[in-house]
Amino acid sequence: MTNQSALTIRNLQKSYGAVEVLRGINLEAQPGEFVALVGPSGCGKSTLLAMIAGLESVTSGEIRIGDRLVNSVPPKDRDIAMVFQSYALYPTMTVRENITFGMESRGVPKAEQAEAVKRVSALLQIEPLLNRKPGQLSGGQRQRVAMGRALVRDPKLFLFDEPLSNLDAKLRVDMRTEIKKLHNRVGKTTIYVTHDQVEAMTLASRIAVMHQGSVQQFDAAQTIYSRPANMFVAGFMGSPAMNFIPAELTGVAGQPSVTVRTATGGTATLPLAQPAPANAPKQVVLGVRPEHIYRFSDDLGQRKPGIAAMDAPVELVEPTGAETLAVLKFGDLEVTGRFDPDSAPRMGETMTLGIDMARACLFDPTTKTLL
Amino acid sequence: MADTAIALPFDAEAAAASRRHFWSRFAIYGLLALFAVIYLVPLLVVVLNSFREQEEIARNGLISLPQSFRLNAWSDAWGTYCIAGTCEGMKRNFLNSLWMTIPATILSTLLGAINGYVLSKWRFRGSEVLFTCMLLGVFMPGQIALMPWAFVLGKLGLTNSTYGLILVHVIQGISFTTLFCRNYYVGIPDDLIKAARIDGAGFWRIFRKIILPLSPPILIVTVIWQFTGIWNEYLFGVVFTSGQQQPITAALVALTASGTTARSYDVMSAAVLIGALPPLLIYLFGGKYFVRGLTQGAIK
Repeated sequence: MTNQSALTIRNLQKSYGAVEVLRGINLEAQPGEFVALVGPSGCGKSTLLAMIAGLESVTSGEIRIGDRLVNSVPPKDRDIAMVFQSYALYPTMTVRENITFGMESRGVPKAEQAEAVKRVSALLQIEPLLNRKPGQLSGGQRQRVAMGRALVRDPKLFLFDEPLSNLDAKLRVDMRTEIKKLHNRVGKTTIYVTHDQVEAMTLASRIAVMHQGSVQQFDAAQTIYSRPANMFVAGFMGSPAMNFIPAELTGVAGQPSVTVRTATGGTATLPLAQPAPANAPKQVVLGVRPEHIYRFSDDLGQRKPGIAAMDAPVELVEPTGAETLAVLKFGDLEVTGRFDPDSAPRMGETMTLGIDMARACLFDPTTKTLL
Repeated sequence: MADTAIALPFDAEAAAASRRHFWSRFAIYGLLALFAVIYLVPLLVVVLNSFREQEEIARNGLISLPQSFRLNAWSDAWGTYCIAGTCEGMKRNFLNSLWMTIPATILSTLLGAINGYVLSKWRFRGSEVLFTCMLLGVFMPGQIALMPWAFVLGKLGLTNSTYGLILVHVIQGISFTTLFCRNYYVGIPDDLIKAARIDGAGFWRIFRKIILPLSPPILIVTVIWQFTGIWNEYLFGVVFTSGQQQPITAALVALTASGTTARSYDVMSAAVLIGALPPLLIYLFGGKYFVRGLTQGAIK
């Protein structure tokens, strides 16, 4: 059976002397797929990308682009194109020269070069900029040119290294949409490194969450969000982060439940939507995303199955306009809830919460993995 | 009404502060002016003497205002003055210096640029150690290398030749040029090199198309530094060459030492100025780039 993936990474390791940067990475990307590598700084995601590009050597393991083992193939022969965080536009060349530099290096005929520049500059709407130098461009324009330089190669694999990090917030959102549109139009396999989980969620079909040199979870974006493999992934993806509430597994009248502490010093019992696995420890961590906490009403209980009610005092309210964040007290623990402004809590109020237990996660507190 | 509002009462403290300010400024500018005079007066004396008649200098002394004006000293110094029995003036030595300085400057600068490029952008195991070793050359006085150079030049058959001096100056200069270029190139983002490698450019293409076009500021600095350094260098010139092969710095000494006749201060002044002209011109036209190149980063 031939390998149909556009990119396959098997047990890839990288160390600098005694320092292990990557510990056994396994990844693959289907043709045309958009895969995001996401993780906090220092997790090894950029090193991994540089290794795919051939800019860093492989300590052990293998990288295949298509069927071809590329471990020791120089970058220029890997049929890849890369967009850098700093854009890395050649400052002394015009935009046109930046775009044609690669073709020039490869000895592509002039007529073909002109054709390619025309195609790419039309696609990215940078025709008016072709004779300018990078220093005369705005951040967003530089970003476009950097993408143009990558697109013009028509490579097997697109590599993006935090391409939006240097842009201001508004432009970043615009460019994010543009990258998504571009990917839909061009349909090239793309590996996209970012530390921004929103970027990863919005762009990628699959996400690899990395931490301390290994892939914590590699899955479809929605799965990463709703069924995070461990507490790191759960805490990293989503903002505000998932609440981790210490809880005890109990079974009341055959109904599997968890008991959590309340602010009044007592406990509340929340019925689980699915029973916990048999091997689950008694003490667990209940993971609840802020948006899965509602103001309880009978209507809500009927509309959504698996809603558990409990009381909690409201310590702080942060309206953002579109939604209202509230800090709620569970015992000594602060739990963040995300409410619709219409049903937003008031400060000091003790409100009855409806917790969507169908979407809650249970974690093993010692191994930190999903139960 | 308005007048009374503006007329402030006398503020003794403010007045004292402003007085202090005035005197401190006065002292600073005064001192600076004094130093400027100390630097400029010798130049002025030499320039004036090169236009005075020898008799007048003998009569009124070396330092006095000129009463005559003639250009003979310059043409004598250039073409006809006798040094150690040869009456060809400084012309030949001036050209020797040019022939030595220009190739040595170009070669040492180019080598420094390539070294700097490798040591900053193509680091390898031990490249930092190598760089540190090369830096030693910056601090090593030239005279330490005199004997080894004498040996090498002898073996190569390059004693008493401009080529020998070119070789010496290129090698002696590499540590400086490497230091300048390496430190400048460190400021060029590595991403540019990575992007170029993915674009299919190799070692030399990246150097020619990306590094060199970014280099003018530091190359100007290096060229000025090397040109003036090599032109003004005296020790190697006087040790390894003699007579007609000498660079102008060595010849100037021979000129002052040829004590067969009474000293002609007018010709000597002109000769010194001829010898000093190229570095002076370089500073005059390149000085602002020198400062700019040293203070400016690689990428604005």
